[in-house]
Amino acid sequence: MSDNALIKVTDLKKHYNGGEVKALDGVNCEIKKGEVVVVIGPSGSGKSTFLRSLNLLEIPTDGQIIFNGADITAPKTNINKHRQKMGMVFQHFNLFPNMTVLGNMTSAPIKILKKSKKEAEEKALELLDRVGLKDRADAYPSQLSGGQKQRVAIVRALCMEPEVMLFDEPTSALDPEMVGEVLDVMKNLASQGMTMIVVTHEMGFAKEVGSRVIFFDEGIIQEEGTPEEIFQNPKGERLKSFLSKVLI
Amino acid sequence: MDKIREIIELIKFNILAFIDELKFVFVDDARYELLLNGFLNTLKITAGALVVGILIGIVIAAIRSSYDKNKESMKLRGGLGYRILSVLNAVCKLYLTVIRGTPVVVQLMISYFVIFVASQDGVPVAIFAFGINSGAYVAEIFRAGIMSIDNGQFEAGRSLGFNYFQTMRYIIIPQMFKAVLPTLCNEFIALLKETSVAGYVGVMDITKAGNVIAGRTFEYFIPLFTVALVYLVMVMILSSLVGKLERRLRKSER
Repeated sequence: MSDNALIKVTDLKKHYNGGEVKALDGVNCEIKKGEVVVVIGPSGSGKSTFLRSLNLLEIPTDGQIIFNGADITAPKTNINKHRQKMGMVFQHFNLFPNMTVLGNMTSAPIKILKKSKKEAEEKALELLDRVGLKDRADAYPSQLSGGQKQRVAIVRALCMEPEVMLFDEPTSALDPEMVGEVLDVMKNLASQGMTMIVVTHEMGFAKEVGSRVIFFDEGIIQEEGTPEEIFQNPKGERLKSFLSKVLI
Repeated sequence: MDKIREIIELIKFNILAFIDELKFVFVDDARYELLLNGFLNTLKITAGALVVGILIGIVIAAIRSSYDKNKESMKLRGGLGYRILSVLNAVCKLYLTVIRGTPVVVQLMISYFVIFVASQDGVPVAIFAFGINSGAYVAEIFRAGIMSIDNGQFEAGRSLGFNYFQTMRYIIIPQMFKAVLPTLCNEFIALLKETSVAGYVGVMDITKAGNVIAGRTFEYFIPLFTVALVYLVMVMILSSLVGKLERRLRKSER
């Protein structure tokens, strides 16, 4: 394992119904600090399952995930500790409707990291300012647009000061005109050196921001490489046929 | 004119007779004390059973829903946790089956005449029995509420690093409580009225008090309607309080 690998995945498998459905069927990969890895693939290819396995929202059937040098798939691991260091952004935002924007952002730092309310709120407001939502700090999620919700979801995860951010199709549930504002926040984050793993259908984002692109199909990594390699020089038939369907 | 005067006289006579009767039923021999005492006992039993029921309900709903939600993943990770949870879940299911499958009067009598034989005061026993009974229904209401919350809320909580219980406490239960409030109010109303069978074990609740007064005075109309009216007013107050709470909770989302 190279020195700067943040996450190392070995032979990761996720089977359902006793092996009848193989969502992941032996995935190997390594993610280094500061990388922006974009995961693409047809629906049902296992890319979301892969992402959700990384912080054990899906418990893998087999295989190993090393995060920061610790095997998080071992039964004795305290997964809550590791999840604090892995921010996650969901397709459907999953903001807490019973809390304000500020409440959404400060609850975990206060309750888990035992930060003072003042400290947590200062940090939250600073982050909100960076995504242009400082004036919505006291709004409830139901008062926000989709794009605003997702921006809040991103900074909510950032409040825990994660080492890696996992994005599970962050723009798929948005109206087209709101995709840009969310991608901008993500680009910004990438330029600051955040390690990111992004499952997305936004090929433009993959090309522009991705340091590496991984193509999933049938539960395994079919191809991976730099955006140029993947988009200009696809090797496998599956990738070629996938790209021909999604590229404009 | 005579006719009208006659009617007025008649009405006057009737009103006076009614007041006399009220005085006879409630004031003579200080029988209103019986009623007041019964009213307080009904309140005590209901409030006590409410608290016991909610506590039992939360614990059981948490166990049952965490078993339903996590059994797959816990089975995969294996270990003692899964086995403990399975046993707890089975115990909860047994409790729900037995409590919901037998009448509350029978449970009350078993509590008083079998379990707490030595008890002098029926009120704590009634709180125990009604609390245990209500807990079973509240548990299922809470469980339905928890299961109705989008799984994404759990996942968001867990992904931030909250453990299971913190996620429940800070994220799921506040949302669940709001969702089930109307149903919960129903259960409280039912509970309040169910306590009227406390007289079976000699507890002087308001129904029993009404009945005793009726027995002593041979007047049934006034005591029984009074008792009915008291229940009605209590239920109306309870519903309006819950309605207010509901509106306040909802306001926080707008």
